[in-house]
Amino acid sequence: MVPASYFLVLSAILFTLGAIGVLIRRNALVIFMSVELMLNAVNLTLITYSRFLDDIAGQVFVLVVMAVAAAEVAVGLAIVVAVHRHKDTTDVDQMSVLKW
Amino acid sequence: MEMVLFFILAIVAVAAGVGVVAQRNATRSALFLLINFCCLAGLYILLNAQFVAIVQVIVYAGAIVVLFLFVVMLLGADKAEEPRRPADSGARTVQRFQWMAGLMLGALLLAGVVWALVLAGAGALPAVIPTDNVRQLGIALLTDFVVPFELASLILLVAIISAVVLAKKRLEG
Repeated sequence: MVPASYFLVLSAILFTLGAIGVLIRRNALVIFMSVELMLNAVNLTLITYSRFLDDIAGQVFVLVVMAVAAAEVAVGLAIVVAVHRHKDTTDVDQMSVLKW
Repeated sequence: MEMVLFFILAIVAVAAGVGVVAQRNATRSALFLLINFCCLAGLYILLNAQFVAIVQVIVYAGAIVVLFLFVVMLLGADKAEEPRRPADSGARTVQRFQWMAGLMLGALLLAGVVWALVLAGAGALPAVIPTDNVRQLGIALLTDFVVPFELASLILLVAIISAVVLAKKRLEG
């Protein structure tokens, strides 16, 4: 039996990795991937508590998070494609204007 | 046995996470992300959440990673490897500062999250492991959580429409 704290620490590490990725990477696509890492870390926490508190609600939360994550990726990547069409780059440092 | 499986999956998941962040080629980042998602699906099975594990593989590993790869290759980001260090010294200083600040903030965040999780504790171990995960989840989704369940479909509809509107070419005239 693996203690719950192991899962929680693992999810903390994965979340931190995602956060570092958002902070240090400049490619918009990789930033989105880092956001996905963070969402997954939170999902792991929710499922850990669902298991250890014996409450199915945590897994329902995870399903809703997955739906939102799928929506976020679809819209986010569409924005990246649209920006790439105008500026021909996926570097977030180049995307510094609201209108052009 | 479970312990061994947990450590294998955890180590591979963290290594793949590092790969996502550290790879300079976006295609490889996406493939590391795929490994990470599969490891998490294994961890979900260890936590007795079989349905979520399957959905994880289908939705994340199947749909989202493929979408990422599709866009990476559509935009040609797979061919352009980011330079190890920028050409001019000003940009190099900025990049070094970014890395330092990112790693420091990351360490702080990790300490904070671990501290919060230690404070929260994990509760008592349930005596019985339920074996009807899918049935329980289905009942919960269609009774207590029916509103969020229906809202999820609305969110997905909005996402489809907005993705099409955002990504399509403007019609001239």
